[in-house]
Amino acid sequence: MMHIDVSSVLRQTLSCELYSNLVTRPTGAAVRTQIEALLADTRERSLTVIDFSHVGMIDYSCADEVVAKLLLRYAAEERDDREAYFLFRGVTEDHWDAIEAVLERHTLALVLESADGASAHIGGIVNDREREAWNKVYEMGRTAPADLASATGSPTADCARTLATLHRRRLLMRLDGDYVAVGGLADARV
Amino acid sequence: MTSVITVPPSLDDHSFEQVVEQLATVPPDAKLVVDARHTRWASPYGLTALLALGQAREVRASFTAPEAEETASYWARTGFFRHAEELYDLHGSVPKARGGESSVLLEITPVVKSEDVHEVVGRIQQKAQQILSKELNIDAKATVGFAMTLSEVCQNIVEHAGRGGWVGVQTYTWRRRLANRRVVVIAVCDAGLGFRQSLESAPGRVRSDRWDDAAALEEAVIRGVSRFRDPGRGQGLAGVRRYVGRWDGKVSVRSGTAKIAIVPSWDDDVPLLEKLAPFPGSQVQVTIPERVAGGPPR
Repeated sequence: MMHIDVSSVLRQTLSCELYSNLVTRPTGAAVRTQIEALLADTRERSLTVIDFSHVGMIDYSCADEVVAKLLLRYAAEERDDREAYFLFRGVTEDHWDAIEAVLERHTLALVLESADGASAHIGGIVNDREREAWNKVYEMGRTAPADLASATGSPTADCARTLATLHRRRLLMRLDGDYVAVGGLADARV
Repeated sequence: MTSVITVPPSLDDHSFEQVVEQLATVPPDAKLVVDARHTRWASPYGLTALLALGQAREVRASFTAPEAEETASYWARTGFFRHAEELYDLHGSVPKARGGESSVLLEITPVVKSEDVHEVVGRIQQKAQQILSKELNIDAKATVGFAMTLSEVCQNIVEHAGRGGWVGVQTYTWRRRLANRRVVVIAVCDAGLGFRQSLESAPGRVRSDRWDDAAALEEAVIRGVSRFRDPGRGQGLAGVRRYVGRWDGKVSVRSGTAKIAIVPSWDDDVPLLEKLAPFPGSQVQVTIPERVAGGPPR
């Protein structure tokens, strides 16, 4: 698992220790380019923690460049060459205002670690069925479509479709036909 | 021939229109004197807009400072004269700025490049928290949104104006419309391209039948349209509107011959003004009022 401290990337990008705020579109684009350079060395399947813990604030333009474009490139696109998964850490209410707005704009979703690091949840745009499915998989651990069908009482084919959608959006990881929630991967080999 | 523009005694976003109307008949390359001798008060919008006026002139204009010592001294403390002397030949008594002004959250600061926005946001954060929570009774959590709003309106200059502009942030008591409530005001003014010209530069843009400054403002401010094709663009002003709505504030944007405003219940401004006297660039004002018990829910 790779860990990227966004604040460190920001300081390297600006060559300045004084700024801890992710503001302006050029700054966001430069930070994302740095993150992408770090991701270039990852394996075909990777999980990266994007850590906002030391970021003071993020504005809409920067959230669009750093979060939305990262997800659009690695998670929303169908990519055969690479499966990149992201877990967002240290996202506060203050950060969330801007991040939520850009997720809505692009119909994106992501996985957020809770403040104490003990749990995870999805944020952004998912429908009720997707949210329920993700929560069940997170709760149950490694899950097959039939397991989800038993747990929710929904037809297996519907569950399979929902799980596939969540995998395509890189909110669930697929392991030999089963699914594991991003953020619930402690026991899974990535 | 030299034209004289008289600055009104009280200069804010409304009375600045009197300045623009006087300018309408003066060619940009004409000799000009901006006479502020009898001006007693100016909002951050008024001061930054006067700088934009100086920026817009093709021939360096003259500027006569306020005669009232208190006013001139205050303008000096906001940083106005420091920037004005780069644009105008200054006349009258121009005091040197001594000490900071407690009501000035951010003295008038030039915004030209992305780093300037970092600087502005970094400088305002600590002071904003204190002012918003202690003076305006606004939840301390609003500070981040305030800084985001400031960042986005400043970026408007960097991304779209094609030249620099100025930002100023100040608190004051609004006696007339808000019955002595305090307000915090962000003003960002430039004499750059303006919204219509910026949107017209969008590649492959198809013009609609009705296309003027008012239509451009409606597209950018209300519908979040940007000159960039990137679908993520245009979120900044939408975010500003969201923040202003949450805190019962007001945002107004003037560009070219039009002015658009998101008007809260406490104000009686007109949502869209068209066919104003022309003024280049964009002039943005964000006003957040003090919260009072029983105020509108967030």
